[in-house]
Amino acid sequence: MAIGSAKKERIDSLAESTADDSGVSLAASAWKRLRRSPVFLFGSFIIVAFVIIAIISPWIAPHDPSARDLADQVIKARNEIPKPQPGYPLGGDLQGRDFLSRLLVGAQQTLLVGVFATLIGLVGGLALGTLAGAFGGWVDSLVMRFVDVMLSIPQLLLAFGIGALFAKPNLFTVILAVSIVQIPVFARLLRGSMLAQRESDHVLAATSLGVKHGAIVFRHMLPNSLGPVIVQSTLVLATSIIDAAALSFLGLGNPDDRIPEWGQMLGGAQTVIDTHPQLAFWPAGCIIAIALGFTLVGESLRDALDPKNRR
Amino acid sequence: MALLEVRDLTVQFQRKGEPSFTAVDQVSFDVEPGQTVGLVGESGCGKSVTSLAIMGLLPKRGAKVSGTVDFEGTDLLRLSDKQLRDKRGRDLGMVFQDPLSSLNPVIPIGVQVTEVLERHRGLSRKTAMVEAAELLEKVGIPDPTRRLTEYPHQLSGGMRQRALIAIALACRPRLLIADEPTTALDVTIQAQILTLLKGLVKDLGTALVMITHDLGVVAGLCDEVNVLYGGRVVEKAQRHELFAQPRHPYTHGLLASIPRLDAPRGERLNPIRGSVADNIPWDNGCAFAPRCPNALDICRERTPVQEDLGGGRLLRCHNPVQPEVPQEVSA
Amino acid sequence: MLRYTVRRLIQLLGVVLVLSLLVFAWLRALPGGPASALLGDRGTDESRAALNKQLGLDQPIFIQYFKFLGRALTGDFGNSTGVQPGDSVVDIFVQRFPATIELSVFAIILAVIVGIPLGYVAAKRRGTWFDNLSVGGSLIGVAVPVFFLAFVLKEVLASKLGLPSVGRQDAIGATRVTGFFVLDGILTQEWDAAWNALKHLFLPAIALATIPFAVVFRITRAAVLDVMDEDYVRTAEAKGLTAQVVRSRHVLRNAMLPVVTTIGLQIGALLAGAVLTEKVFAFSGVGEALALGFERRDYPVLQMLIMVAAVVYVVVNLLVDLSYALIDPRIRTR
Repeated sequence: MAIGSAKKERIDSLAESTADDSGVSLAASAWKRLRRSPVFLFGSFIIVAFVIIAIISPWIAPHDPSARDLADQVIKARNEIPKPQPGYPLGGDLQGRDFLSRLLVGAQQTLLVGVFATLIGLVGGLALGTLAGAFGGWVDSLVMRFVDVMLSIPQLLLAFGIGALFAKPNLFTVILAVSIVQIPVFARLLRGSMLAQRESDHVLAATSLGVKHGAIVFRHMLPNSLGPVIVQSTLVLATSIIDAAALSFLGLGNPDDRIPEWGQMLGGAQTVIDTHPQLAFWPAGCIIAIALGFTLVGESLRDALDPKNRR
Repeated sequence: MALLEVRDLTVQFQRKGEPSFTAVDQVSFDVEPGQTVGLVGESGCGKSVTSLAIMGLLPKRGAKVSGTVDFEGTDLLRLSDKQLRDKRGRDLGMVFQDPLSSLNPVIPIGVQVTEVLERHRGLSRKTAMVEAAELLEKVGIPDPTRRLTEYPHQLSGGMRQRALIAIALACRPRLLIADEPTTALDVTIQAQILTLLKGLVKDLGTALVMITHDLGVVAGLCDEVNVLYGGRVVEKAQRHELFAQPRHPYTHGLLASIPRLDAPRGERLNPIRGSVADNIPWDNGCAFAPRCPNALDICRERTPVQEDLGGGRLLRCHNPVQPEVPQEVSA
Repeated sequence: MLRYTVRRLIQLLGVVLVLSLLVFAWLRALPGGPASALLGDRGTDESRAALNKQLGLDQPIFIQYFKFLGRALTGDFGNSTGVQPGDSVVDIFVQRFPATIELSVFAIILAVIVGIPLGYVAAKRRGTWFDNLSVGGSLIGVAVPVFFLAFVLKEVLASKLGLPSVGRQDAIGATRVTGFFVLDGILTQEWDAAWNALKHLFLPAIALATIPFAVVFRITRAAVLDVMDEDYVRTAEAKGLTAQVVRSRHVLRNAMLPVVTTIGLQIGALLAGAVLTEKVFAFSGVGEALALGFERRDYPVLQMLIMVAAVVYVVVNLLVDLSYALIDPRIRTR
């Protein structure tokens, strides 16, 4: 419909540019180039580092991230919080909890938000996109009209709107809000590359050999459409973490902060940013680093999978 | 003195992390004023790279050009970017292969013609427009004033190529390089464009370097022909001699692979075996040897040197095709 | 061209209609329905039932929708419950909309005048340290949460540069004409007022501009790289045109086509970004109203402003698509 045929075209052209008939050789040559790409290696290094931190954080965190060990040093009236001290190298937060431990353990929830949001967006988009791309005709028109209207609401604003639906937000509502807005993007992407696939030689060949429709969709079209989807997923891992932080900033995030998450820590620090900037800078730095990691990997994947760059 | 003297022109492409690749290897040839010279060969033989090197249009990074390209006594390869820009379009014109992609899609044809007049002859847009209309008329575009306001996608393929020729000849250059100007066109249009080119260069006295893979084009147009293989000139001859007596097996093969209407029924076409590899080595032996019907052991061991056969004829072959002696018909 | 425009306008109408349905459904999807939303925690079962009747919520759903639509058409979107309690939502919108436009336009201008030249130079010097540095910078720009950047600018730069860090203009009794403070100052020749408003715009606009900047830069770079390989650029070089003419008339003219589309698409991100940026700088535009609306669950305000944001987004992209035809003759003369 009316929202920028331009936007649709951009998503579709991404779908076409990275979709390729020769799935195996494309993947192989992409991998060959990725291994030499410093951008990819740097991005993966960041991601791997954070994943390791997330996994071992319960053991390396010096204190329980929800225990108010230093509560007696929090003086509300004078706006004082625990300073860095032996055993607490970054001091405490507004509740007197060990800030370093919260940062370390925060990696877990933050990555979970990113991963789950991407998964939900992916599965939803996969369902819609497969439906539309595989059958074409009126199913396609109906699904795509719906997708277009969803795309006509600015993405982050839609996420805010969905977040505001819940009177009592929690971690799950945050994930839901940032993931639902990704569904139409994934749907259009998949449909675009599947349409390109449907016209391609090897699908025509399979059809003419009498391979069943379902088998063609799942064995030929879907696997070959995955390139652009993988690229988009990597980029969405970054955006969903940033978007979740924005939800927290607007008070639409998870209010229960016993289990730390960087977006929430950053959102919660907004009122004291002038007096205790470190409470904002540390989680923000972590968000920027992990988002950069995912973005670098996503961009280098996009370059590697682009047939134009294969010479 | 020749208008254009190309001596030992060598172009090497260097990509990061890959061995350098020699696209043009010590190519030499002359073009006299008003003469038409053909550069013939299959795709990948280095003929287009040669033309781009003469025009100074190769990418600055990644391409290494050596040798000399003397145009009216100045070596084009030693000119600064600015000096070269003054010459291009004014003294040297070029027509490219694909007329659609060679015209800017978002600018009217008129501006694309006038900008070269404005640049080199200092005309105002208004006078240039009048002249542009005359130019379009001269290259056979009907209703030129209307066409000036149109965009490339509104013209047919033949019209676009005519427009490109008009642009290239706008400043009456002394040398025109045409890089496969008819390859992208319909067969019927091809002949029209060739006739047009032939007439124009004759009228204007422009020398023409014709780059083609099509010996039919050469037969109709060129005074002198250079046959390129693997980035080197393998045979050079006047047109008539080349067609009457091809000496290099490659030239012979090119001629034999042209379908002939007067061939006896049932006679097979004679294509050259194989195809051009990406990088053809001249280091040990003749690059054409793997495809050559005449190849001897020496062809795979020693690189053939260029021999002067006299009469402006050059050949690079160990075992050339022997001139055909008219055969007596035996009973 | 005219037929195309008319067809797009009809499509636009369709989108707005479906949007209204979505926004209507959105309020009804709230747990407990609009009555609890309006009453908040204070609501009892009786008061909720009473309000339901008063709002006509006991009627069939499609009648409710048509009533909602009817009211919306007459410009009645209800009253604010949290942002400016009691004020008409439409008044709030009219009051605050110019601020957001002023901010967004300024941000877009910043992004374009920095992003396009930078993208061009990076493409020309592909693979050099300059290219790598600016690409890296744009990727970092994408990874930084906008509101955090806004905070950094406000806390670190504002005092250093002597720029104001909150509001739209210091109270200096400037005359109001259009609601666009900078423009008002120029129109009334109150230069101090215009300058003062401009200073207030500066930091929020920089924060907001990072969103479109990163994209404009990268699309420009990619497009210039593509166009430089085109045959018509080689033709232009073969004509001996000066480097400037080749750049402006042949390379940039064509490279701008995808950039224009991109700018249109960035409006969406810009509107969402305005919510965050305006909140940080207490910049009283619709973005701040939305931020407050989310915080205080002011559904009438949210309902209208989200709808407006979507319509603005769709309309801007329609305009972009139409203007695209102006710069690309292949579409215009189709």
